[in-house]
Amino acid sequence: MLVCTLAIMNREASRFVGQRGRFLSSLVRPMVWLLVFAAGFRSALGLSIQEPYQTYITYEIYIVPGLIGMVQLFNGMQSSLSLVYDREMGSMRLLLTSPMPRWWLLLSKLLAGTAISILQVYVFLALAAPFGITFPVLGYLAILPVLILSGLMLGALGLLLSSTIDQLENFAGVMNFVIFPMFFLSSALYPLWKMAESSALLRNISAMNPFTHAVEAIRFALHLQVNWSAIGWTLAAFLLFFAASMFGYDPAKGLVARKAR
Amino acid sequence: MTTLHSLPGPYRFPELDLNMIDLTDKQGAMSLGTGLMVEDLSHSYGARKALSNVSFSVERGCFCALLGPNGAGKSTLFSLLTGLFTSKSGDIHVAGFDLAKKPRSALAALGVVFQQPTLDMHLSVHQNMRYYAALQGLSGKHATRRIGEALEQLEMADRAGEKVRALNGGHRRRMEIARAMLHEPAILLLDEPTVGLDTSTRQAITAHVHKLARSEGLTVLWATHLVDEVEDEDQLVILHKGTIRADGTAATLRGARNLGEAFLALTAAGNETE
Repeated sequence: MLVCTLAIMNREASRFVGQRGRFLSSLVRPMVWLLVFAAGFRSALGLSIQEPYQTYITYEIYIVPGLIGMVQLFNGMQSSLSLVYDREMGSMRLLLTSPMPRWWLLLSKLLAGTAISILQVYVFLALAAPFGITFPVLGYLAILPVLILSGLMLGALGLLLSSTIDQLENFAGVMNFVIFPMFFLSSALYPLWKMAESSALLRNISAMNPFTHAVEAIRFALHLQVNWSAIGWTLAAFLLFFAASMFGYDPAKGLVARKAR
Repeated sequence: MTTLHSLPGPYRFPELDLNMIDLTDKQGAMSLGTGLMVEDLSHSYGARKALSNVSFSVERGCFCALLGPNGAGKSTLFSLLTGLFTSKSGDIHVAGFDLAKKPRSALAALGVVFQQPTLDMHLSVHQNMRYYAALQGLSGKHATRRIGEALEQLEMADRAGEKVRALNGGHRRRMEIARAMLHEPAILLLDEPTVGLDTSTRQAITAHVHKLARSEGLTVLWATHLVDEVEDEDQLVILHKGTIRADGTAATLRGARNLGEAFLALTAAGNETE
């Protein structure tokens, strides 16, 4: 079974290496946010001391966990796009006719996507460092397990989407409906209390957003603290998304049965 | 054409194994055998019925041509046979395993060549083989040996490092067939495998798979809409509008007519009754 996982990871990795544009854009996107957006916001937004920060922080420091989340969110959607592509191209069939258990095959896909997203995150953090945006050394290590969890969660969301989307063309629309609300209605750009100042409703929606919890889990880990509730939420969301996508890919019940022709 | 059929020793081992577990002889006609058996299979896409009460079986070592015009339900049948989706009514037995109850054992006994190419263009020939082997649970030396043999047979050992993109359509198809055989399946399913190939490549591939059935004891289900891919001694199942119109030896079914005429007559007869 492990052989199979490694092979799937290997395939995803070599596909990723082949797509230099994807790698580049996955790094340029957060860097632009960090250097352009954050610089402008720095003066506009006052941040008070809040957990996990012990002192006043600059906005650039605040936004980094959100951008890490964004890297993983985009990567999760990208992997799901490649799943839909795989299905149109037929290689999904190859995967699904393997005698390995289906949940294991799909989990392997998720692990492969997560590994790639983590690579992107570390390259992003390395690029941010020369601009003075650094964190406790151990923090870089501490985020690793959280990144695996958040990567799996966002990947599972992509998997779920891929089981419901039957055509590549429909994908762009869905991406916009998922990525943007998920990113903006979260604690990635502003803390939730700041959002509550303008609208309690928005704050409440954001507090329900699993992406918020993934970002918070990363934020705390980066500063060597553990936010168990955020981790719990992220884990629960992962299990929910994965279970739902297993249903979607179930040959008897799922949507694949109605779609695959 | 290359000598695809000059098979080295190791290819014959599965045949010996299958003989040892062959149920047909010991349990008589009622047993499931090691071939393929489809019983009373129906499937609908919503209100549209794609297959209704399809039953047929293929004996081990038989080459069965599943002939049907476009839209007959061949691809639906293949999706059901490969467990891509399941149907509420009917049974499928693959090499004696019930696909619904023991899907993993059944799938392990299947080699599948899909109508759509499923090779990764950006990967090399060897990488593609290796990926498939791993999906089938083959690893390490065993996988290396099997891949080596397959490439040897294809006479592509020297091109193993090339990207699939660089191969022509015929080579890609033959590679897919060889790949489907890597895990030594008992049954090989091919869904219109010659689509888009030129005549001589088409003939070579058809002949190659016929030979595999004859010399290796491989059970083959070959879906096509082209009558010239069917040989007289093949089992012929004609599928039209989701039902079986004929099932028998090709030579018997066609009688004095040529197969093309017989096929048209059998599928036309179906149209009138509807």
